[in-house]
Amino acid sequence: MTVGNMPFLVVGILFLMGVLAILREKNLIKIAIGISIIESAVNMLLITLGYRLSGDIPVYFLSGDVDVMVMPTPQALTLTAIVIALATSALMLSVIMLIYKHYGTLNVDELRRLRG
Amino acid sequence: MNWHAHLPALLLAVPLLGAFATPVFNMGGKTLRNAWFIVISSSVFLIALALWHQVSVNGIQVYVMGAEQFALSLPSGMKLPVRIILEVDALSAFMALAGSITSLAGAWFSLSFMDRFTGLSRFVSLYLLLTVGMLGMMITGDLFNFFVFLEIASVASYGLVAFWRDRPQAIEASFKYMLLSQLAAMLVLVAIGFLYGRYNVLNMAAIGSLIHMGIVEKVALAFLISALALKCGAFPMYLWIPDAYGEAPASVSCLLVTVSQASLYGLFRVCFSIYGLAMSNKVVAWILIIFGLLSMFIAVSMAVIQHEVKRLMAYHAVSQTGYMLLGVGVGLLALGNSQALAEYGFTALKGGVFHIFNHAMYKGLLFLTAGTLYYMTGTRDLNKMGGLVRKSPWTAFMFVVAAAAIAGLPPMNGFASKLLIYQSSFAVHPLLTVVALVTSILTLASFVKVFQTAFLGPEQDRMADVKKVPATMLVGMGILTVAVLLLTFFPTWALSHLVEPAAKALVDQAGYIAAIMGGAF
Amino acid sequence: MKPLSIVVRTCCDMFAWFMVVFGSYVIIHGDVTPGGGFQGGAIVATFMALLLVAYGGEKVLSWVKFSFYNGLLIVGLLLFLLFGFSGMANSFFYNFLAVPEAVALAGGAHGIIPPSGTIALMDIAVGIEVTGGLTLILLYMFKGTRMFNLIEMGGETGHDSR
Repeated sequence: MTVGNMPFLVVGILFLMGVLAILREKNLIKIAIGISIIESAVNMLLITLGYRLSGDIPVYFLSGDVDVMVMPTPQALTLTAIVIALATSALMLSVIMLIYKHYGTLNVDELRRLRG
Repeated sequence: MNWHAHLPALLLAVPLLGAFATPVFNMGGKTLRNAWFIVISSSVFLIALALWHQVSVNGIQVYVMGAEQFALSLPSGMKLPVRIILEVDALSAFMALAGSITSLAGAWFSLSFMDRFTGLSRFVSLYLLLTVGMLGMMITGDLFNFFVFLEIASVASYGLVAFWRDRPQAIEASFKYMLLSQLAAMLVLVAIGFLYGRYNVLNMAAIGSLIHMGIVEKVALAFLISALALKCGAFPMYLWIPDAYGEAPASVSCLLVTVSQASLYGLFRVCFSIYGLAMSNKVVAWILIIFGLLSMFIAVSMAVIQHEVKRLMAYHAVSQTGYMLLGVGVGLLALGNSQALAEYGFTALKGGVFHIFNHAMYKGLLFLTAGTLYYMTGTRDLNKMGGLVRKSPWTAFMFVVAAAAIAGLPPMNGFASKLLIYQSSFAVHPLLTVVALVTSILTLASFVKVFQTAFLGPEQDRMADVKKVPATMLVGMGILTVAVLLLTFFPTWALSHLVEPAAKALVDQAGYIAAIMGGAF
Repeated sequence: MKPLSIVVRTCCDMFAWFMVVFGSYVIIHGDVTPGGGFQGGAIVATFMALLLVAYGGEKVLSWVKFSFYNGLLIVGLLLFLLFGFSGMANSFFYNFLAVPEAVALAGGAHGIIPPSGTIALMDIAVGIEVTGGLTLILLYMFKGTRMFNLIEMGGETGHDSR
């Protein structure tokens, strides 16, 4: 059984969910969650794109008699992207905490000091 | 084997070392930390200068991280390049030079400007990390590496924009910036994923040698252009710029200008070196031109009504970005048609590229003078200032230099680059030139207003106790003033030695690819 | 936040140290098994998360020294750069300790996979750095939720908003 294009569909749905969360939600925490969902969607996309049909692990001593090896590059990309996502989520949540201290609210409509 | 070959790696390694070792030096007290900050910034400037010299003498420099030899991009008979490759052509070296100058000026400026605040060890670390991210974006030859440096620069700048954490406005600006810029970064990553899935490589030159337009490439191009246009603050997505630039400390705003231009550089790299001739239709070029015109005009009309100095200047930054987009867009329009390229395209490219350098210098200087105004008077409101020319004639002089340059008054360097853009865009359509000229006039009007209200006029009573401007702040501004004046007095030298190689490198897609792919291409 | 019940505290005490050991394992074996510096460091940093949950912020914050974790962060980062610079004779980040390809293919190294040279050392450096950094993030964020006061943060003065 092959999976076909199913993973890409999931990636698309996740990405749209994230974008919708950013556009529609009023709560800052939910917006931050939306960003995280988008990041996960992109990581899934990278992982899915990395696989080549009937490829084997790219370790010379373990792969056996296969010609096709899967490049480990997308995994490396995903790990880097996860680390970056972690840093931005931590920073974003800290900034949300500071916003709550200053404004006493998490509603995005009430942050209106910067205008014009 | 000489040390010259390692310059591209050193350009990233030295500020990285500076950022990581700052807490160690911070233990030795304020003086030691400040000395470290200046030493690192100056050495980055010197390395960038040496690298620029090296590139202008020897052509494109390739540096492979972690390889047995630093220039071994295709080891043991591989068809495609492996490892992280830094590729420095004339345009990259040119941008890195601009970036390191603003970074040095901002470093000098922050010494006394930030002195009143706490957490300065973190400030210095983040500032140097921002420098690393910016320089990395400019000299990398690898798409994913570009994304990583983009994110390093973004994360450092979120922290720096929110550095005055007891100001609600700063926190709010940082959040807004973070939201938009994360979205943009994810779009970039999706596009990189698409290109990787299609060609199995991440190296820009390798993708450039393999590319042929299809649906996937078009989608990736659309993602890259929209995301990078957002990051550099072009028209429809410029709203974060006034907030972030306005709320960041002045020395950081000065550096952020160049960081946005690093995204602009990425945009140009994608259009010219990756897609290049494969992108046969003119849609992208016209999109760049129209984005440029709209950002120019709308941002400048927003700027005229501002009365907060740094917000005003931030709107002008958006409007000046429009000039670069216009110039390079016209150049892109002529790409592939050698007659058009010779007639107007190359002039437009030169204008756009020269404007990048000029803009980094005078806009940085303007942000620093705005910071000085805040420092002296303690207020951000233009209407509450007045008569400051007597208090600090040097600041007034530097402000006049920068304002004349940004408005494009004839002898200044801003005029030289704008003239090239006017000349060449006229060949495409006269309307483009008209919009650019009107923008220039509005810019002049707006800066005359700032000069008149802040520096001239009667001395107000509440301005009697203004602070003296410390020497280090004057040094910071002085570096940029000298740069602007040099470009003003030697425009021919600058055009032939700085700008023309950079513009040539932008057009020369085959050369960019051949430097990495060697004979395989 | 008040300390939780004795059951939770005892469990967390045990698991916290287990997490440190497991995280160190993941860091040290980063070059031959899935995982590595970042993942292992994140597991080690769970130590502080468990303690914060079990004992509450005030108690834990009175135990820990921020400067220790700052030190870990800096040492890890500088070690990483040091390994980068030590390959400088060939190129930045050159793996100067690696087993040459010919020796590896001839099975001259023990084990299935030959030793990875500086990659393992860099993994350890990254592990140290991530341990320090993530623990600091946890501590600062916990401090932020509870006993956060703008004046306490250093009493910023001299702003230009008058």
